[in-house]
Amino acid sequence: MGRVTPASGSVAAPSAPAVTLDFPALGVRKINAYLHAEATRADHPRVAIANPGGAHNLAVGLNAPIDVEIMGHAGYYAAGMNKLASVTVHGNVERGVAENMMSGTVRVKGNASEAAGASMRGGLLVIEGNASGRCAISLKGGDVVVGGDVGHLSAFMAQAGRLVVCGSAGPGLGDSLYEAVLYVRGELHGLGADAREEPLTADDVASLTALLAKAGFGHSPREFKKVASGRTLYHWNSDAHQEY
Amino acid sequence: MGSTPTPPHDDHVRLSLPVVEEGFSFNRHVMAYVHQAAERGLYDIRGLGAKRKLPTFDDLSFLTASASRYPLEGYREKCASKTVLGTRFAKKPIELETPITVAGMSFGALSANAKEAIGRAASAVGTSTTTGDGGMTPEERQSSKTLVYQCLPSRYGFDPDDLRKANAIEVVIGQGAKPGGGGMLLGQKISARVAVMRTLPEGIDQRSACRHPDWTGPDDLTIKIEELREITDWQVPIYVKVGATRVKDDVKLAVKAGADVVVVDGMQGGTAATQQVFIEHTGIPTLAAVRLAAEALEELDMVGQVQLIISGGVRTGADAAKALALGADAVAVGQGVLMALGCNRPAYLRDGHAVDVAADYAALGTAAGYCHHCHTSKCPVGVTTQDPILETRLTPDVGARWLKNYLQVMTMELTTLARACGKSNVHHLEREDLVALTVEAAAMAKVPLAGTDWIPGTRGF
Repeated sequence: MGRVTPASGSVAAPSAPAVTLDFPALGVRKINAYLHAEATRADHPRVAIANPGGAHNLAVGLNAPIDVEIMGHAGYYAAGMNKLASVTVHGNVERGVAENMMSGTVRVKGNASEAAGASMRGGLLVIEGNASGRCAISLKGGDVVVGGDVGHLSAFMAQAGRLVVCGSAGPGLGDSLYEAVLYVRGELHGLGADAREEPLTADDVASLTALLAKAGFGHSPREFKKVASGRTLYHWNSDAHQEY
Repeated sequence: MGSTPTPPHDDHVRLSLPVVEEGFSFNRHVMAYVHQAAERGLYDIRGLGAKRKLPTFDDLSFLTASASRYPLEGYREKCASKTVLGTRFAKKPIELETPITVAGMSFGALSANAKEAIGRAASAVGTSTTTGDGGMTPEERQSSKTLVYQCLPSRYGFDPDDLRKANAIEVVIGQGAKPGGGGMLLGQKISARVAVMRTLPEGIDQRSACRHPDWTGPDDLTIKIEELREITDWQVPIYVKVGATRVKDDVKLAVKAGADVVVVDGMQGGTAATQQVFIEHTGIPTLAAVRLAAEALEELDMVGQVQLIISGGVRTGADAAKALALGADAVAVGQGVLMALGCNRPAYLRDGHAVDVAADYAALGTAAGYCHHCHTSKCPVGVTTQDPILETRLTPDVGARWLKNYLQVMTMELTTLARACGKSNVHHLEREDLVALTVEAAAMAKVPLAGTDWIPGTRGF
């Protein structure tokens, strides 16, 4: 899986008429305030954020079905706690993209740093490139689909939802997993405590087919390995030693 | 050692007292610990806070007014207790009628009735209540006029809609009962409703994370706080709560990260369930934590800009008054609130009659006055339970009445002491009003030992 070359910071004209907000001119507070209020009142709200320059907390707390395009790199917590909105980042993102997302879609055209999709509760996060360590940590719902690799301890303590990795997964995948289910197409560089490989069922194949299509990847679901919780740590157990 | 001395003559007359000598290092408590560890292979888990003897606010006393200062009339002259929190950045700081607030305690740890009673009582006396781990319930939002919404490492049930409904947000880094440790909720408390709220399978032993999933360290925290402010459009105050360990550093870092309010929870702070080894062997006493936290704000020249809330074994109006005199702007009460709701009472009320629950305490291996079995969900008085039968033992009406009274008494005690010190506002209490009754308390609180001008570590040695 190749690295994705991120888009430059320049503004590409969106396909439909959009309001363009220039980050250097407005700053994060005015942009988010616009996205929380004025943008939600338009008929077909479509907003482009130009020259984001890796700023933190862009498009956080959105709460309406609006389309937002971040035309370059974004910093920490891009589209954090998203609800209903569709956000595309034409670049890389720093830590915690789409953390605690409730619904909607967040797509990162480049790579993502640590804790992508942390504690998400719904919606779809697509990272077209690679994601760093602790991707989908504490996942509570929704779907995270990564086009490339994920780093160490991904899906740590993941409670529900799905993590799909089209590349390989770093060490400690799914440590202390609850009911989330993980699918990895490439290599597994070691599973965490209580995570185990399980055979793909017909239901897995069907749902993974739909999810891959939705995320825009053409892989066959049968190329993926499934990882789920062994459920051996669900209750205090003196034989589990330091596995807690 | 441990046996009756043999009389020098076999005359069958006992001339000396029998000697039964308990070991100091290996006393009955330690032996019971070793026996239990040997039997179970797991550490002990329990609720409430440290039970060992620690320096407390009881080790301080007020120098109330006499000839050199004049007091205010206790029943006639006003003593303001209004408290404003979150004046640094928030558009809507919190305004409370009293600096005595209710600490974070979750639905899950507490029954829904207990949470509702807390909300109603806090609202009645004009103070705030706090959600706890596990999300915000509609009942507590509705019953609480001023609700602080916690953002915890587990993020159970964390929801941007609830964030937007909160009157303040508290980013919890740590807790006095278990600084550095995550929360726990054992399977018996993961009822169907709790399981859904936390997105966990019903009945599992839940072990919360000890670190936040999406930030590490103070630089990240700065950005996290900004995110929460952006999501809530800079409307509500953001608190940062730390367990009292390296208090001065932690308070300074919280302020640097952008907190409006810093909450410092000392080692007497309670919990619904954690390892006993954490409860008894981590952190510093609340008495020591207050002064360090206040000094941190003083050194940053942030007194009055960033407010300080102290918690961890605050039980009485006197405790609150002493915390304020040492530099706190408010206190938060947890275990005292539970006890006001009936925790450790020998009976519960039903239709105006006391129903004895000695047998239920006995079944837990304890008795009223000693119980710390919050983790079992078998609370005999219905406070810390998810059992549908046990939880009916505390009704919101009774709980709200008792707790309102308790919070009212604490505020009255606080204003009484403040008036006696000649203050027309509880926030005018100051360190100069206090002396210490022990050398340890003098050193920790940095007030003179009574009858001397000696503060260990600051003047002389």
